[in-house]
Amino acid sequence: MIAARPALSRWARWLPLEAMLALRFLREGRLQSSMVLAGVTAGVAVTVFLTQLIAQLQTAIIDRVMGSQAHVVIQPTQEQVLRLPSEQAQAAQVQPRLQRQRAVDQWERVAALAAATPGVLAVSPVVSGPALVTRGAAVQSVTVLGVRAEDYRQVVRMDGYMIAGRFELSTSGTLIGRELAEDLGLQLGDKLRVSSGSRSQVLTVTGLFDMGSRELNRRRVFTTLRLAQTLLDLPGSVSVIDLSVADLFGANAVADPLREQTGLRVESWMQTNAGLLNALSNQTISNNLIRGFVVAIVALGISSVLVVSVVQKQREIGILRAMGAGRRQIMWVFLLQGALMGALGSALGALLAYGLLVLFSHIFKAPDGSAMYTAVLDVALVLGAGVLACAVGMLAAFMPARRAARMDPVQAIRA
Amino acid sequence: MSEPAAAPVLELRGVYKRYGLGTPVEQEVLHGISMALQPAEFVALRGPSGSGKSTLLNIIGLLESPTSGALSLAGHSIAELDDAQLTSLRGQAIGFVFQYHHLLPAFSALENVLMPLIIAHGVVQPEDEALGRELLASVGLGKSADLAKRPGELSGGMQQRVALARALARRPRFILADEPTGNLDTVSAQEVFALLRRFNREHGSACLIVTHDASLASRCDRQIDLIDGRLALPAASDQALPVRPS
Repeated sequence: MIAARPALSRWARWLPLEAMLALRFLREGRLQSSMVLAGVTAGVAVTVFLTQLIAQLQTAIIDRVMGSQAHVVIQPTQEQVLRLPSEQAQAAQVQPRLQRQRAVDQWERVAALAAATPGVLAVSPVVSGPALVTRGAAVQSVTVLGVRAEDYRQVVRMDGYMIAGRFELSTSGTLIGRELAEDLGLQLGDKLRVSSGSRSQVLTVTGLFDMGSRELNRRRVFTTLRLAQTLLDLPGSVSVIDLSVADLFGANAVADPLREQTGLRVESWMQTNAGLLNALSNQTISNNLIRGFVVAIVALGISSVLVVSVVQKQREIGILRAMGAGRRQIMWVFLLQGALMGALGSALGALLAYGLLVLFSHIFKAPDGSAMYTAVLDVALVLGAGVLACAVGMLAAFMPARRAARMDPVQAIRA
Repeated sequence: MSEPAAAPVLELRGVYKRYGLGTPVEQEVLHGISMALQPAEFVALRGPSGSGKSTLLNIIGLLESPTSGALSLAGHSIAELDDAQLTSLRGQAIGFVFQYHHLLPAFSALENVLMPLIIAHGVVQPEDEALGRELLASVGLGKSADLAKRPGELSGGMQQRVALARALARRPRFILADEPTGNLDTVSAQEVFALLRRFNREHGSACLIVTHDASLASRCDRQIDLIDGRLALPAASDQALPVRPS
């Protein structure tokens, strides 16, 4: 309604000329502005949604994988049969040596060295080896893990995996997984026999865990460090030393110097899960490519609309120039239009992305029925996308803006 | 920019304009124009189509540069000014009234009038708004409803009156009116001309008005005829125009 429109927009009292003209031009070309705004919104939404989705899925995957293993593992070196120098060689083929249960030499010294290494959060000595668990006629092959509960829970989040009892170990108690308990019909307080070689021990089930992997739940049996040393015939020794580090993706930077200092096999999770890392890396590259294409398409959209706008506004530009508007002022009018579309589009895009994240978190579930990821928006990502969208908007507007600024006022007025 | 005292508002000396320089279609449109406008002078510029009127107006309005010759406006020699200074001088010293109103369609009548002031000051200042309302009232558009109307909602005569108010917003020393009544009916044309004349007298702005209307031209202080890019002048004065008779 004409009557409701003020003679002087309240914005004009405080908005700089360039911003006021940019807003008015955008409002005047509503259809064009809406189209390009929809494009920017969709572009930002796709970028934010994909980035957030992939980041959260990757975090969830890493979390699931790393939740049950150490970030860095120190192990004894493998025994090898060395060939003689070639001039003395007589055997055409040398078989690899059978590996026996071995211990980390001077493990206390190695553990102390690891604990003093920058970036290491926790150190947990572990004795592990094969064993059989029997209950009545039922027999199950397992891996006995002898740990100090207070150290191990700093490396693997066992407290979170406990479904019955607590992650605490006593000389006569053991913690077993959900599947092993089901296979052997065990409950808390039941007894089982753990045998390794010529040694065996009857233990009471004091806790049940679920590590999110049936295989681990079926195979892992936790005892005290000392009992495992006895069962596995490794008195006073440990098989491996597990470490957790502050920076998950900096695990190699911890593992490499430790390997050099100790001469032992020191492997980070990144080395033992190279396939997973490769898959995650490829996923990230794909995401970056998609984002790059989306940004380019959005930029082209903004630029093409503004080119048309400059042509449509030729006369206005000429009049403004005749009234004393400088080239720089005219240029800013169009640069601001690009930036405004970027800013508004990124705000709407972020909202849309959040909506999509919520929607897909309800649609896609993990095999156990839990949500694949939590629908949250990273503020830094949204702000980054906003800044990028504004920058892309301004860059896309640069050519049309420069064209407008260079326009001959006489020709523009006559257009 | 401060204006030296007692200078003509506008002075052209031997201004030539050629298009297509260095090409086979090079064409000289203005041939050594020399003229001057004194403060508060009201001059009609007449000439047939193709006589070079538009080119001369563009040069005088600092929208085009002469190929050669000297032009000074409000005491400033334009040859010494860069593009930004020319733009600033144009906004400050010249008020344009075009044949077609050339108002900004997305802005209200008041906003259009304020536009030169917004360009100069960045934002609308309270005294600017008061001046804009006063100017619109002085051209007969003082009603609130009229102030809020967009150009497309105004009649031709009202549009041209808004354009006239806009031209006066920065109290220019010089008004350049390119056939301001060319698109208006007789009554509106008389009204707009009368307003121009009134502002010329009240504010002392020099005015160069291009018109084909002989009766309007005869009501000006002086008439200049431009024929084939040359001023048709009394033989005795050669090229230089005399100052306005007192």
